[in-house]
Amino acid sequence: MTDYRTPISKVRGLGAAKSGVGHFIGQRLSAIALFLLLPVFLVAVALNSGSLDAIYALFSSPLGAILTLATLTAAIYHMRLGLQVVIEDYIHKPASKLTLLALNTLLCAALWIAALYSILRIAA
Amino acid sequence: MSTRASDTSLEGQRPLSPHLQIWRWHATMATSIFHRASGVGNYIGAIALTLFLIVLSGGPESYASIAFLFEGALGWVTRIVMFLLTLSYSYHWLNGLRHLVWDAGAGFDPKVANRVSWLVMIATPIPAIVIWVLALGVAQ
Repeated sequence: MTDYRTPISKVRGLGAAKSGVGHFIGQRLSAIALFLLLPVFLVAVALNSGSLDAIYALFSSPLGAILTLATLTAAIYHMRLGLQVVIEDYIHKPASKLTLLALNTLLCAALWIAALYSILRIAA
Repeated sequence: MSTRASDTSLEGQRPLSPHLQIWRWHATMATSIFHRASGVGNYIGAIALTLFLIVLSGGPESYASIAFLFEGALGWVTRIVMFLLTLSYSYHWLNGLRHLVWDAGAGFDPKVANRVSWLVMIATPIPAIVIWVLALGVAQ
């Protein structure tokens, strides 16, 4: 059988899927992290939601700040990958698809930077 | 008969794959669709949480500018929206566990898959209610 693949395509080794298993693994790893982090985070927030002072005490405590950052980091990573798949599945026009994929990535980056800065500012 | 891809004369006469309106809803299909929908809901929730943290980082005076969201009648609208978001997280969390079990290669038997799908949908309110019982328990 004739081999139609170009040498560069073979070197990249990804074929028509255009990317490897990185997306799959990243999605699962962040899912496992979130499965553990999210309930702890939500219980901590619920138990400290009685007053503004309690909320500030939670976010400014070392454990509370780290828990919040870890949860939001895993969540933002996970949701960028998740919405990427939704966009790829439903938006077929290349220009719209690329624009939305870029916006998804940039919005998640902005959210993460904002969350990081805010938590450190509260905790400092 | 020509079957070349460039031949468009048969276009519109070919059978389409069944769309959502054609399928009879079943449990695993519902859980799959709800997983996407709740994922998008959770995305919006994470944006809201980050915005809340940005406001909090400005100090109590900064929080005062959004305090009206948590007071009076509007406070209850906010709580209802937040409870719906908690339901979305609760569902995605439970169904996500189901997906991780699937990724491990288990639970594909149609009967088991159906039963677990129903279990996830029925159990969804439980974690959300636990969180809100804790929150309302410390409310002043």
